[in-house]
Amino acid sequence: MKTVCVVGASLAGLLTARALRSQGYGGRLVVVGAEEHRPYDRPPLSKDFLKGVIGESDLALEGGGEQQDIDWRLGVAATGLDATARRITLSDGTSLVADGIVIATGAAARTLPGTEALRGVHTLRTLDDARALRADLATARRLVVIGGGFIGAEVAATARELGLDVTLVESGEAPLAAVVGPTMGRVIADLHERRGVRLVRHAYVTEVTGTDRADGVRLADGTHLPADVVVVGIGAVPSTGWLHGSGVELGDGVLCDEGGGTSAPGIVAVGDCAAWYDPVRGRHHRVEHWTGARQRAAVAAATLLSAGTARPEPARPAYFWSDQFDVKIQFIGHAGDADTVTVEEGDPADHSFLAAYRQGDRLVAVLGVNQVRLFTRWRRHLETAPVQTG
Amino acid sequence: MIPVCPLASLPRGEALRLDVVDPPIAVFHTDEGDILAIDDTCTHQDASLADGWLEGCEIECPLHASRFNLRTGEVDAPPAKRPVRVHQVVVENDVIHVVPSDAPPNLPPGVTLKGQA
Repeated sequence: MKTVCVVGASLAGLLTARALRSQGYGGRLVVVGAEEHRPYDRPPLSKDFLKGVIGESDLALEGGGEQQDIDWRLGVAATGLDATARRITLSDGTSLVADGIVIATGAAARTLPGTEALRGVHTLRTLDDARALRADLATARRLVVIGGGFIGAEVAATARELGLDVTLVESGEAPLAAVVGPTMGRVIADLHERRGVRLVRHAYVTEVTGTDRADGVRLADGTHLPADVVVVGIGAVPSTGWLHGSGVELGDGVLCDEGGGTSAPGIVAVGDCAAWYDPVRGRHHRVEHWTGARQRAAVAAATLLSAGTARPEPARPAYFWSDQFDVKIQFIGHAGDADTVTVEEGDPADHSFLAAYRQGDRLVAVLGVNQVRLFTRWRRHLETAPVQTG
Repeated sequence: MIPVCPLASLPRGEALRLDVVDPPIAVFHTDEGDILAIDDTCTHQDASLADGWLEGCEIECPLHASRFNLRTGEVDAPPAKRPVRVHQVVVENDVIHVVPSDAPPNLPPGVTLKGQA
């Protein structure tokens, strides 16, 4: 291969570019990024960066003096792909032809239809989003957060710590319930309520009110929640629009084999935009976690350089963390596989405990709340247990 | 030279945090039998590396999975970007001692030495 083009300049793109170099690729390496910024770390955008504890330079993913001999094409989005010719068209009207392509365009925040023209309504995915939200929160008194996923729960906690009056509107039983399950979701809910976040559960938003600027959120039961700022945290959609008609097979994201190979030769996909085949679960799915992108970059690079003959090691179970108030939440595995959840150490009422999720007597997931050392031990136990199929 | 603990009380595969110094130091006894010491605080965010996953001569940060080499202090991949300091270990009369490094520590943003703003 003489030219490899990585489309996407965030975590997955950067780490795959690095892995290509460390695995011996010496040809031309182009990295295309739709944002103007060099690769930066997104998780702090809803936490320490929003709070003002860290600055933009702290977000950089590249170390000082790092030299990977990369041709950066930043501020330019990919707009189309011809998978047979391996030709990428770009938003500046130029195109690139490569021998190998890495699709790492990530995902975009899902927006609430009808709110596009209203000032004071935010999603949070990019550095520019975080700058705008931080500036808006600085003069706001009341925040309504729509959605109790990671972004919603973290923004609610941060804004509360900044002294705002915060209401979190959740369509389900509790924040994070979709990932940690309803029982432990109630523990997260308790954490928020004890710190003064007003939780509205089982609620559906019908509109964000206001003419030029948002002034509140109306719910299906008629309730009106006044707000100076509204944050919409209702998930993300894979950024694969530019691949329609390209010849690369799409589903919920770019469909890949268990090594990241797409349906087109010489093209791999990694990160939030990619749905890798999971042999244990027997289906494709997207792993929208930081550590998923991190672990899979080296595998995707090996698949590309070996033309698909490299045998990937089995993927490690999905791991994620979240910081809310002074609480560190860590989770590994799949809560949905469990039929029992038991507290093994500590007490949920103290917001310091470890919970084990089991299917029969098999451990399938672990939740740690302010139990970092213990979580490492349990995580090790989970990851080194023999993988069962089916 | 700071005494840490008797050799026998740090079995292979285990780690401990030495809090009498600031910033704290983590001491590891690897599965291969080496005793090695580095700064305990991850250079990315306030996390104790002694709580992490020890594998060979590397410790994986318990929070965000950057791996630090216990001999060189170097880090493999983000989110951490800067190395941790390494400290000399001396075992004398079956007691582990640490000789703290003179180099300035690479503390994460928001973490300062005690007594400093």
